[in-house]
Amino acid sequence: MSPAPDRLSPQITTLIVLLVVALFLLPWVAGRYPVYLAMQILILAVFSLGFNLLLGYTGLLSFGQAGFFAVGAYACAKILLAVPNLILGIAGGVACAGVAALLLGILSVRHTRIYFAMLTLAFGMMIYSIAWKWRDFTGGDDGLVGIPRAPLEIPGIVSVSVAAMDRYYYVVLVLSLLAILAMYRLIRSPLGLTLQAIRESDTRAEFAGVPVRKYRLIAFTVAGLYAGLAGALLPPLENTVTPPIAHWSTSAEPVLATLLGGVHSFAGPIVGAFLFFVIKDVIVRFTEYWLIWFGIIVVALVIGFPGGVMSIFARRHRRVVQHPDDADHMHKVQ
Amino acid sequence: MENIAFQGLIGLSLAMYLWLISAGLTIIFGVLGIVNFAHGSLFMVGAYLAYTCYGPMGLPFPVAILLSLLGTGLLGFVMERGFLSRIYGIDEAYQLLLTFGFILILDDAVKMIWGGVFKIPPIPAFLDGAVPVFGRFFPVYNLFVIAVGLLVAVVLWLVFEKTWWGRIVRATAADREMAGAIGVNVPRVFSGVFVVGAMLAALGGAIGIPVRVVAPGIGAAMIIQAFIITVIGGLGNLKGAFVSSLIVGILSAYGTLFFPVFELFFIFVIMAVVLLVRPQGLFTR
Repeated sequence: MSPAPDRLSPQITTLIVLLVVALFLLPWVAGRYPVYLAMQILILAVFSLGFNLLLGYTGLLSFGQAGFFAVGAYACAKILLAVPNLILGIAGGVACAGVAALLLGILSVRHTRIYFAMLTLAFGMMIYSIAWKWRDFTGGDDGLVGIPRAPLEIPGIVSVSVAAMDRYYYVVLVLSLLAILAMYRLIRSPLGLTLQAIRESDTRAEFAGVPVRKYRLIAFTVAGLYAGLAGALLPPLENTVTPPIAHWSTSAEPVLATLLGGVHSFAGPIVGAFLFFVIKDVIVRFTEYWLIWFGIIVVALVIGFPGGVMSIFARRHRRVVQHPDDADHMHKVQ
Repeated sequence: MENIAFQGLIGLSLAMYLWLISAGLTIIFGVLGIVNFAHGSLFMVGAYLAYTCYGPMGLPFPVAILLSLLGTGLLGFVMERGFLSRIYGIDEAYQLLLTFGFILILDDAVKMIWGGVFKIPPIPAFLDGAVPVFGRFFPVYNLFVIAVGLLVAVVLWLVFEKTWWGRIVRATAADREMAGAIGVNVPRVFSGVFVVGAMLAALGGAIGIPVRVVAPGIGAAMIIQAFIITVIGGLGNLKGAFVSSLIVGILSAYGTLFFPVFELFFIFVIMAVVLLVRPQGLFTR
């Protein structure tokens, strides 16, 4: 999270180019399952990048991101069921999630820290209960089924079928790469730097004339847009949406991915999304109890690597204190 | 009319489970400043331990509850001393994440040990049966649950307000630095409070086993309700937690009677409104 150099080193650039080329070639060399897995990873990476704009860059822990993910997914599904046009479905999903995040964000950013986490949890669970109970619109616990993998269409001009899994993969890949690129630019823009200033010290940012709440709202809305994009990419892939995607345990997925990869680097959530599915994929081959291993990894990361994963906070406080007496003092420092 | 009063009594017994888990969550937050996401899992572990002692092992019900409290208390001790105590100084986001890691571990561990199926042991003979109330028959067991909940409320109040121990804990909650300066062993208070909190959750889980199902998901369901209650009552406010347990318990008993479809939604609306309008809770000045 250190103010990154404006230019990437040649080694890193080469690595990224190779990786992107490999991703584009994937359907040619790999079977259906790796392609499917790659889509899941890309979707979680987009979801987690938005989440980390809040946690890593703005210092806000949201436990309600699944709500916006679900708004994106349900909106996309409803549109595709009515009008089979993928552009419309995904754009609609992103837009609805953005509006939901903006409206709930106005309320959420009135708080920070634990109250913010609780408030976002409540909002997320409200969306979950709507998805679960408003049977006429959302299909209740059956969810929405038979969602088509509709063509990319601009009426009268062009229509490209993406019904084949390999083709839909390119939709997911291109949109994810664009989203990653946009986030990379955002982090380095004055807006991104302002958010980091707020994370380091909201009091100082306030004194420097930054409208802190407004900037937090912007970050919250962008995170909602990313959650909405991730959510909107899911229904055409799975052909169904069900209420569990809005549950708080879904909110935990970007949390886990980001923590695995590291909140302290831009690529952390992306690497984390990859690790999340790879570790899960490996563990489920040996045991159905894969969550216990994730739990152990989470505990080990939080306890064991305060300098690595938590370097932003370590830097802010200089030392990681052991003694509870100091904890109160630390709160005042913030 | 009798129906409404009867349903209120059902709600009162429901409220007591909520009160027991919220009480632990509240004192842990009040003293340690940590929101223990894994508190629902401790409730679940308490239920399973009591189930094993009472069901398969055939121990008397009170002994089973006692062993469940001791086992869960020990687990709480390990969690606090071994893990939480190492990160009191860092950002609270990571404290939340650590306790979240414990949810994953405990929930899956329970599935590994006890399997994923529902278990319902029989009601102990001395608490079985029903008594006529408002012209209908009310289960004796629910009266027992209400009695246990009220007893815990009275005991907690007496301990916190009337004893030396209570004063030490309140002093630590008010200013841990100052408490440490005048010779209070703050780490020991923290451990003690966490263990007691864990045991309260276990008690809630344990007394529920004959009438509520014992299943892996009960922890996740309870923690969300306990969050709602502690938010409405005010984080760290024990009296507030008691009153809002009663409100949520009784409201949800009526909710299932009158408007079942939106019960869940309205409870989260209440939680959000309280957080926005009175973040300190309804019952904190």
